[in-house]
Amino acid sequence: MTEADVVKFIYKEARLLDEKRFDEWYELFADDAYYWVPLVPGQTDPLGHNSLAYEDKLLLKLRIERLKQPNAFSQKPGSRCLHVLQAPEVEKVDGGFTVRTPFMYTETRGDESQRYAATAWHTLVHSRAGLKIKLKRVEILNADAALPSIQLFL
Amino acid sequence: MRRYRDDPGALAGLVADDRVHRDVYIDPEVFQLEMERLWSRTWIYLGHTSQVPQPGDFITADIAAKPVIMVRHTDGKVRVLMNRCAHKGTKVVYDVAGNTGKTFRCPYHAWTYRTDGTLLNIPLKAGYEGTRLEAQGLTPITHETYRGFVFARLAGGPDFREYFGDSLSSIDNLADRSPEGELEIAGGCLRYLHNCNWKMFVENLNDTMHPMIVHASSAGTAKKLWEGKPADMPKPMAIEQYAPFANDYKFFDEMGVRVYPHGHGFSGVNFSIHSSYSSIPEYEEAMKRTYGEERAKQILGTVRHNTVYYPSLTIKGAIQSIRVARPLAADRTVIESWTFRLKGAPAKLLERTVMYNRLINSPMSVVGHDDLHCYRSAQEGLAAEGNEWVSLHRNFSEEELGKLEQTCNGTSEISMRNQFRAWREFMAP
Repeated sequence: MTEADVVKFIYKEARLLDEKRFDEWYELFADDAYYWVPLVPGQTDPLGHNSLAYEDKLLLKLRIERLKQPNAFSQKPGSRCLHVLQAPEVEKVDGGFTVRTPFMYTETRGDESQRYAATAWHTLVHSRAGLKIKLKRVEILNADAALPSIQLFL
Repeated sequence: MRRYRDDPGALAGLVADDRVHRDVYIDPEVFQLEMERLWSRTWIYLGHTSQVPQPGDFITADIAAKPVIMVRHTDGKVRVLMNRCAHKGTKVVYDVAGNTGKTFRCPYHAWTYRTDGTLLNIPLKAGYEGTRLEAQGLTPITHETYRGFVFARLAGGPDFREYFGDSLSSIDNLADRSPEGELEIAGGCLRYLHNCNWKMFVENLNDTMHPMIVHASSAGTAKKLWEGKPADMPKPMAIEQYAPFANDYKFFDEMGVRVYPHGHGFSGVNFSIHSSYSSIPEYEEAMKRTYGEERAKQILGTVRHNTVYYPSLTIKGAIQSIRVARPLAADRTVIESWTFRLKGAPAKLLERTVMYNRLINSPMSVVGHDDLHCYRSAQEGLAAEGNEWVSLHRNFSEEELGKLEQTCNGTSEISMRNQFRAWREFMAP
């Protein structure tokens, strides 16, 4: 697997989110994976410190299934999102890759629009089924500000 | 814009026995009067003493639209001061928390104050003679501490004990849940911007007719995901925490609600959505060692849902988290959510409250999303003329008028009526 393949993987991941193909996105994660949005810069502890999100696959599944429910009232009208990525920086590590990708994230709902600057840190591992996400950590630049509802996935 | 300021009758008329006028939620003048009156004459939660353990430690917050500092003075006692230099009005500290040493030094002209607010020094003192500001310092604010919870009162109003009365039993239960009887703020603060009136949030906490509707998509999905799993498979903590939000009307009705004078009250008199969490044997043992078996059982068997310390603080003793309303405008409120470490308890207790806070109170919470959608939607709907009233009638009875403490069925809207009776009292000129 080349660095270019990893970059392609990162672009695809963002595209699945932007196209709301959440079931396919879910399949990119390893069984023991986490999706983590820390509350403060440099946060090391997800369990004893609050985060905006720290979700295992069960909680990701819940979030995805909820979005399909007709009574998910906060999704009437539904949200849309777009990730504009900077070129990912790939580092090869034991068993896979670590990737740093700064990005701009826009989430809209009806007439409302919010925008965040963030950095994604992917920990990717090799598996029989190909490359999988072990951890996606998203550091929002102003994660500790008073924020409105963020309803989709950064 | 003096419709209500100049007409006390019109202001009092916004609150009837079982309904309120829509202006209480949407009118900017009413909001301004709320800050000057209700939020200044009552005891507003500021912070917890564990946030300022050492002399010079401080936190800052806005209460009733005024910037204040809570600081530990060199004598070891907590002081509350207005965060406004006596000279030009600059805030003397701007960070939300930190240590200022022995003095506050204004960044503009270096006027310095001791941490009790008294003025220490002015550079080039000659020339300031007769300024009349020297004696003022940083204005001290009346405050009281109860088991580490610091409340401030900006203007004249009721005595602390008289104001909260027996509702303080919920703070007691929260603090007693520590095997050392002490709490410590831990895990940072989630800050969720609500584009609605602060009262919608506060009322919703003991609105038990909404969870099974509003949270069907989140809690209902959690329940479904776990259905059919083998009975001996340990239930994940997240499922334990989400699923009870989808409980039925009977459950919430039997939970019970109790109200106290001055707007305070709680639901979960008999049990709550936190009652069925898995036990943590190591913690229960530590509790028994401290309190003895019977008392420990009594403390842990008190599993209240939300207690409202009107108007600013709401606590969940059973899961050791608190939420604080910080109103910004008639249609904007920041909700802060904090978690506690129970001193002497295993780490799992902190992990449990942190998980609860993240799942329920984060700006990324799927429970929060649907609540906020409803508040926002009401905020917009109430802008429409035609029907001027918002109903609080469920289980209203004239017999409740004038009663002090009372306990009712859990789905009664009595906690809302009780809050507005306090509102009317403290909003009078």
